[in-house]
Amino acid sequence: MSLFSRFGDWVREGQVWGSVLRHGVPRDRRTRAMAILSNVFLHLHPVAIRKSGIRLSFTWCMGGLTFFLFLIEVVTGVLLMFYYRPTVEYAYFDIQGLRAHVTLGLLREMHRWGAHAMVIAIWLHMLRVFLTGSYKPPREFNWTIGVILLVLTLLLSFTGYLLPWDQLAMWAITVGSNMARATPLIGHEGPLAQYVQIGGVPLVHAGDDARFGLLAGTFVGPNALLRFYVLHCIFIPLVVGVLIAVHFWRIRKDGGISGPL
Amino acid sequence: MIESMNSLLAGETLLASGGVETVKNAINWVCQPHWFFVLSCGVTGVFLGGYRALTRPAVALFALIAFTIAYGLSAMDADFLSIIIKPDNVPITLMIYLFGFFIWLGFRQAAVNDENTEQGRPLIEAGSDDKVLVWPDLVYIELIAMVLCTVFIIVWAVVLRAPLEQPADPSLAPNPAKAPWYFLGLQELLVYFDPWIAGVLLPGLIVVGLIAVPYLDKNPRGNGYYTFKERKFAISMFMIGFVILWLVLIVFGTFLRGPNWNFFGPYEYWDVHRPAALLNINLSEIFWVQWLNQGIPTEGRWGLPHFVYRELPGIVVLLGYFFVLPVMLRVTVFKRMGDQIGLIRYSLLIMLFLWMALIPIKMVLRWGWNFKYIVGITEWFLNF
Ligand code: HEM
Repeated sequence: MSLFSRFGDWVREGQVWGSVLRHGVPRDRRTRAMAILSNVFLHLHPVAIRKSGIRLSFTWCMGGLTFFLFLIEVVTGVLLMFYYRPTVEYAYFDIQGLRAHVTLGLLREMHRWGAHAMVIAIWLHMLRVFLTGSYKPPREFNWTIGVILLVLTLLLSFTGYLLPWDQLAMWAITVGSNMARATPLIGHEGPLAQYVQIGGVPLVHAGDDARFGLLAGTFVGPNALLRFYVLHCIFIPLVVGVLIAVHFWRIRKDGGISGPL
Repeated sequence: MIESMNSLLAGETLLASGGVETVKNAINWVCQPHWFFVLSCGVTGVFLGGYRALTRPAVALFALIAFTIAYGLSAMDADFLSIIIKPDNVPITLMIYLFGFFIWLGFRQAAVNDENTEQGRPLIEAGSDDKVLVWPDLVYIELIAMVLCTVFIIVWAVVLRAPLEQPADPSLAPNPAKAPWYFLGLQELLVYFDPWIAGVLLPGLIVVGLIAVPYLDKNPRGNGYYTFKERKFAISMFMIGFVILWLVLIVFGTFLRGPNWNFFGPYEYWDVHRPAALLNINLSEIFWVQWLNQGIPTEGRWGLPHFVYRELPGIVVLLGYFFVLPVMLRVTVFKRMGDQIGLIRYSLLIMLFLWMALIPIKMVLRWGWNFKYIVGITEWFLNF
């Protein structure tokens, strides 16, 4: 036995190693099962899984990649928050500074391309779930959660699009949020909104309609920037995180990855 | 329409120099909204009809190579190139390839499975009761996928800088002002529908419709394996809704919409001064002026305000579309399905179906007849 592997065994038999990883080296059935069961991250998997469920051509690994891209977004996003201030005075120049002053300044690139990739990956994931009929009983509700995740992913991308505060950002968000003006009843240019009134006093104006609620103003300005920032960095990611947990939990409760009965 | 086609050709022919220009002109011409749309529907239809032959690896490889050559050659055109190298348009190219590949992969397995079932052979996914341990069989796949994904994103980030344009300026609107690429389909709908439909109602219906899918599709077959034969209706609907009305419209919005949201061929220069489209007309004008040869009513009747009276023809059409047509479909084309899924499910399904169908209907009406509103009650911002 070489010195090297003797050292390895000594480490693995010691108290420190044993306190962190309670299982031995995953070499046989029992320790491999333990490796999954005793790890908080891995135990989201079952110990054993049907063969058809791990075939790459069945799942395309797209759900997993969507999740992984989400993690990339979280990590790069948190790092970006160190450099970025969501105010009209600073936002644009902070982004510029990222390019000029930050060592290995790839953060913004990774975050942006990762976001695009996540949108594509989630669409592909939905396509594969549809084509394999995996939304059918007993997985109906997990499909519902998936749809909500899809909406939130798009909103996550959309709110992030504003933050660089350049022309591209401002006008894309202007185009997008203008539609809220036309929400029936609660948008000031929406159908029938002028009849929403109490005692002849109309209630829906540009200053208090659906778009105003979205932008905290009648145009894409400083309030909108702050609002989108908070939604983008805190609120939506939290909800997405919770829903992903539910999504994964349900996969197992629904009997694992679908397969022919 | 014909006029605009001609002017499009005439303008280009002046510059034309030989075969390349002729081909480009032809492609520009084919890419006009109506042809582009009809073509994508045709391609999807042919693909669904002949999925068994068309997904054979040799055919798919040929399609991949042919498309790549066409795309590559197109990139030699300056106007086309300027579109695809815009940093935020790079995902579109990625999307086209990935969806091409995965749609093939899915339908290929469906074709093999359908063949197997007919011959009494087991499915690709069969033997699903054999279990393997997650460690190592799955965790290693996941690890490799994670590493490759990270490498992919890092390489992309090194090669391509994220865009940063001039600082935001509320007084300087770019032309065209485009939504982020994943919403371009919705923005395209704004051409045919008022914002409350394109921007509020239809997105809402998409979400409701998607959530409703598992509750509407009562077909027990095709659960957990690839098949097309056993789920033709469901999968065709999904392909129409998702691939044509969502993805194709994104591609359309990216490549073919220029300044003032005018149409431009993929190899055309985005001329800001191209005149906007012709005036569009409403159903009420067609009905009162062109058919009845009288003016548009300015006075109400039967206790109706004049604008409701004016729009009566359209209101009747819409009521017929949403309330009479479902009944007619129920006793004809959708009879068997209606029997299977029951009244409540059928009602929801048919509403979603009719709303989805309204999109191509209004597109065709616009392209063919410059048609604007079926019901246009501008007084209430209530335009259909
Ligand atoms: C943030 C977004 C999402 C993440 C991280 C995610 C993740 C996953 C993962 C890892 C799986 C395991 C199998 C696989 O990889 O395909 C899965 C399965 C599933 N997903 Fe998602 N997903 C997301 C969004 C969606 C969406 C948009 C839908 C549908 C509209 C959806 C519906 C489902 C269903 C029904 C299953 C079970 C499939 C089966 O058992 O074969 N998910 N998801």
